[in-house]
Amino acid sequence: MGGKNTMVESRRPWMAWVYLAPAILLLLVFTVWPIINTFRMAFLVGYRGLEAVQGKTFPFGFGNFTKVIQFQDFLNCLRNTTLLCVITVPLSTFLALLISVCLNSIKTLQKGLQTIFFLPYVTNSIAIGMVFAAMFNIVGSAHGTSNQIIITAGIVNNIITFFGGEPVNWINSGSTYLANMTVMVIYIVWNALPFKILILLGGLQSVNKQYYDAARVDGTSRRRIFTRITVPLLSPMIAYVVITGFIGGFKEYTSIVGVFGEKMGPANDQGRLNTMVGFIYDALENNHQGRASAAALILFGIILVVTLINLQVSKRRVHY
Amino acid sequence: MAETFNTMQEKDMGSVVSRQKVIAVLAKVLVYAFLILMAVIVLFPFYWMINSSLKPLEEYRLPIPTFWPHKLLLSNYVNAFNTAKLGRLFLNTLYVGVVSTLLSLVITILSAFAFARLEFKGKNVLFAGLLATMMIPGELFTITNYMTVTRLNWLNTYTVLIVPFLVSVFYIYLLRQNFLQIPDELYLAAKVDGTSDFKYLCKVMIPLSLPTLISITILKMMGAWNSYIWPRLVANKDPLNNGGHRLITNGLRNAFTQTTGEVNYPEQMAAVALVSAPLFLVFVFLRKYIMKGVSRSGIKG
Repeated sequence: MGGKNTMVESRRPWMAWVYLAPAILLLLVFTVWPIINTFRMAFLVGYRGLEAVQGKTFPFGFGNFTKVIQFQDFLNCLRNTTLLCVITVPLSTFLALLISVCLNSIKTLQKGLQTIFFLPYVTNSIAIGMVFAAMFNIVGSAHGTSNQIIITAGIVNNIITFFGGEPVNWINSGSTYLANMTVMVIYIVWNALPFKILILLGGLQSVNKQYYDAARVDGTSRRRIFTRITVPLLSPMIAYVVITGFIGGFKEYTSIVGVFGEKMGPANDQGRLNTMVGFIYDALENNHQGRASAAALILFGIILVVTLINLQVSKRRVHY
Repeated sequence: MAETFNTMQEKDMGSVVSRQKVIAVLAKVLVYAFLILMAVIVLFPFYWMINSSLKPLEEYRLPIPTFWPHKLLLSNYVNAFNTAKLGRLFLNTLYVGVVSTLLSLVITILSAFAFARLEFKGKNVLFAGLLATMMIPGELFTITNYMTVTRLNWLNTYTVLIVPFLVSVFYIYLLRQNFLQIPDELYLAAKVDGTSDFKYLCKVMIPLSLPTLISITILKMMGAWNSYIWPRLVANKDPLNNGGHRLITNGLRNAFTQTTGEVNYPEQMAAVALVSAPLFLVFVFLRKYIMKGVSRSGIKG
């Protein structure tokens, strides 16, 4: 942006603050104060808003953090969130890269396919989660022995049996953790692809064609072109989608509500798939603000560390 | 002799070229096969949603699924609309979306103008401070904001759904960048003519930044349509029939709490299709602006 940005000395310098007033006022109440207050509550052991209003005081300390970390429930949420992140981010990035490179190499149908691949972005993650639930569900009751309700497997199981496989209990009562996680990974990757394809394809289209022409003249193989030219030139975009992917991944919540409902798990094991964000909201709804704040700060810490690691790695690997 | 050697070489070259051609064609076929397979996977949930929403329940539960309904049924849509009280939810969400977008645009334009065009003490520090807040996950704010709005007695009102999220640092940043690209000469000329800052903003800067403003509008409206966590926390409890403030996504989830087992999926899918329809319409007509806004933000809604 313009290096020589001529600013006209205003006769009324305070006017700038009039323009900024609404934004600053709202930010003070809904952004700055929450940051301060969250730190305060996190370090007041056992802080509960309702009791604080009645005049109760709380000792200062790390009690909330140690309590949160000792919670089996919290460890469960941490494991689910981390697993989903570690699996879906590389998987969706790789798939998006593959699709983008393929899309970039064709002419016919390119625009149409590009539009199709962007479509999942413009959806409501609760609504489409419900569609995924319908696709993986086992229709009919498994317990209805007296009046013999026919059990039909949902479309995914229909496809599996069509190819000669055994139907799987994906999300119903009695399903395994592995099956549940598989469904979530598929849904999250499906959901994450459009943004990544948009960014990576945009990057590919801005790559200078001369590099490829030079490689072709030298007779470089396709694979070598991909690993030695495409990936290095795309590395800033790859770093960007990986970092935003991890940040979004650690905040995973609504996609699980979409598929499994607010119970966050199959009917016989509710809360099995709960995540970090879910834990914070559960604590908040039970009026444990101290605990919720501590968990939110832990989440912030994790995101910060992961982002810094990503930046460090990309500093070494990214070629600008 | 030399002649025969030459033709032999040509022949060899010819076979190499034709082999390369075969490989190239094969690669093309593979690329298209892969892309079309992926496109089918991406589209399948949408197809299945529409297909299921048009079937009677008995047909949906057939052991061998039908890939197009034998008996086309539109009553699922009517039932879904009534069960989930979608009419009221649509109006609530539209109201919250429109009001918060308008107010948000005004605030964003004013702040972006101050940061891009006006000179004041502490400008750079303030701007850097604002950008730093973008790194903090929203959950950290929500805890205190929930307590604040409870104390203000805002629970279950439209205010609570609109006011806390009016300022978006990202939108201010986006618009400021756009404002900075407008040549200084225009501003200086306006100054010479004695045009006031505010008039210059309205007459020159806003029209020139229209594409960015449209992107912001669409992202903000989509945000209202898709928001789930905050509305569930603050405006989900009051009954919907007499003036409830529940939003569409929460209403959809609440109306169909069961996701597995013996669910009336055709009706549920009809509701999902109704909720998704406006998003598709926006996508069809304004795809360019969405893709532009999204590629610069990385933020959903």
